[in-house]
Amino acid sequence: MGNIIWIIPAAPLIGSILLGLFGARWSNRWSGFIGTLSIVISALLSVAIAVHWFQDPPVDEHMRIMLWRWISLPEYSSYIEFYLDPVSLIMMLVISVIGLLIHIFSTEYMAGEAGYSRFFAYLNLFVASMLLLVLANDLLVLFVGWEGVGVCSYLLVGFWFHKAANGYAARKSFVVTRIADVAMLVGILLLSNALGTVSIQPMLAKAALLWPHGGIMAAAGAALLLIGGLGKSAQFPFQTWLPDAMAGPTPVSALIHAATMVTAGMYLVIRLYPLFALVPSVLTVIAVGAVITILTASLTALVQRDIKRVLAYSTVAQIGYMFLALGVGAWSAAMFHFLTHAVFKALLFLSAGAIAMRLHHEQDIFRMGGLRQKLSVVFWAFLIGSASLAALPVVSAGAFSKEMILASLWESPGLGKWLWLAALFGAVLTATYIFRVVFLVFFGEVKTEPTGHYGVRIVVPLVLLAIAASTIGWLEMPKFMASSSVFSSFLEPVLGHPATESTLPHWVTAAGYIAPLLGVVIGFGLYRSGYWVRTAGPVGQGNDGGQAERSMGEGVRRFMRAGFGFDFLYDRLLVQPFLWLVKILRNDPIDAIFMSAAAAAMRFHGALRRSQIGQLRRYAGMLALGSMAVIVIMVFA
Amino acid sequence: MINLSWQAPASLAIILFALGLIGLITRRNLIFVILSIEVMLNAVALLFIVAGMRWGHPDGQVMFIFILNLAGGELALGLVLLLRLRARITTLDGDSANILRES
Repeated sequence: MGNIIWIIPAAPLIGSILLGLFGARWSNRWSGFIGTLSIVISALLSVAIAVHWFQDPPVDEHMRIMLWRWISLPEYSSYIEFYLDPVSLIMMLVISVIGLLIHIFSTEYMAGEAGYSRFFAYLNLFVASMLLLVLANDLLVLFVGWEGVGVCSYLLVGFWFHKAANGYAARKSFVVTRIADVAMLVGILLLSNALGTVSIQPMLAKAALLWPHGGIMAAAGAALLLIGGLGKSAQFPFQTWLPDAMAGPTPVSALIHAATMVTAGMYLVIRLYPLFALVPSVLTVIAVGAVITILTASLTALVQRDIKRVLAYSTVAQIGYMFLALGVGAWSAAMFHFLTHAVFKALLFLSAGAIAMRLHHEQDIFRMGGLRQKLSVVFWAFLIGSASLAALPVVSAGAFSKEMILASLWESPGLGKWLWLAALFGAVLTATYIFRVVFLVFFGEVKTEPTGHYGVRIVVPLVLLAIAASTIGWLEMPKFMASSSVFSSFLEPVLGHPATESTLPHWVTAAGYIAPLLGVVIGFGLYRSGYWVRTAGPVGQGNDGGQAERSMGEGVRRFMRAGFGFDFLYDRLLVQPFLWLVKILRNDPIDAIFMSAAAAAMRFHGALRRSQIGQLRRYAGMLALGSMAVIVIMVFA
Repeated sequence: MINLSWQAPASLAIILFALGLIGLITRRNLIFVILSIEVMLNAVALLFIVAGMRWGHPDGQVMFIFILNLAGGELALGLVLLLRLRARITTLDGDSANILRES
């Protein structure tokens, strides 16, 4: 079974190469077919491998498939090698299966767009890079995939590059993550220097053996890699790029900026969790940063007008929950939330895309309304996705994963109780902001009349994802409900047994279930009283300052709407000084020193040239004078 | 044989050379410029002979033969160039032969 695993990332890669070479000459139908077929191959193989795995798990619960030696140096070598264990198996399944659904959705969503085959070439390349990232057994190979998905994200965010703002968003997402990646590369080099290998499993074994608990080297390596992960996952303080990345087509937001790529940071931490477990201080930093991310992103999501920006901020917040779980060492809870989040957030984004398709690409939630009857399929899909995001008890997948995170927060020592409280508050906010969108978009009077109709390629992915979003949580249930622990026992060989005990006070569990309901009630109450509409804010995004109202509340809302001023801060702190430096260096001041020598020579040349007038007699006279001078000097000196 | 002192012919040579130089600087007609150069060459050749006489050495006369040859060659070449120049600028005025200048 293992020897065919290379086909899984290779198929999308070949698909992207074919589309890149010949796509422009192919018809759209054929490009879409090839682009989807390559993912179908990957998805089928992934499912086959997963089924085989369940029936007959390999020895030691992992597989290593060596392809070839990449770098060979004395005392150092790097192999192109795939490593499959329950963690990477789940990642691979999610990427290929959700990737497939999104590809199918895209074939209809992107119909009629210019650059149809280009879109699928990028998307296939993305899936190939992402699969390489999760399957890699070597940090260097992982880094190749890591940068590959970064490039694809850049290309796809800037897919409609004719609009300057989209190009800016693409550059922003690329540059911000690249800054983090530099730290990550330094971390990788540090580890390879200190441990002699970056092949993940031997490296982790060596680190656990050589480095003391809480040692400085382990802390440096873990912190540097963490920065890379935070950048890719759009966590505080790198969260600014993700909302702007919504400039890309909606399926791209669903696949890259919700389901898969932005969770790569979490995957990196889980993959290297023995290293992170060595340094509790770094874990505390992760947890505190995650709380900041959750609260700022949730509050920002509360006041956005653009449906995709709401979802973007909610993605930032939900990945914050994953990192929060990582911060307290609840690895399998983070993985579980990754799984449910990938499903319901892909569903939400695809629903948003489906709405936009029918409303002339309208994304402003205040210009939508009453779509419940008009677009009933999307209504139900979006409702199920929202319920899952808000973690409504029992009926949704998100409830189980969020409950798992909350439980492990409560049980963790130290800051645990405070983190739990913050996460609970975040859960209320989550339910409020997503149901604000639900009420505004699907209830009330119709503001924009939908046109057109849905094809089967739109409906099928939505239905499948909706079913998954409401049922996938049953893989892992709390003990008092059904005592199902398929997921955590599947991950147990890698991540160890989760520390969840049944000692949780009943009111803590109850609070976790009541918080989302409370959020929904708040969202509904404020919808009925018209508060959301009154505080809609100016059309367009960000702080355009065009609002005449200068009340205190509006000021706070404007601050929140602009993402707590992080963009402004970074603009003043980093972008402006950089541009200032660029302005100075544009004329190359260092070069001017050397050019001044050349300029002096040119001036001297000009002066001498004026003596060359082409008169023979003058030359002869000068010659005679010069000769005489030489003779005089030779005779008398 | 008259016992000639070397100072007198040397002075003659210097005077000839000075005359040639003055002619070179002041004349505009290129024929006269070449003539002046010939005068200067001959002055130098005369100085070689005087020097040979002064130190009783035959090398001065050998150099004279060389210079004669040189002068012949130079004259031939100079006249050819002069003809080519005249074909181009239709005058023998040296000052108007400044067409290699940029401006």
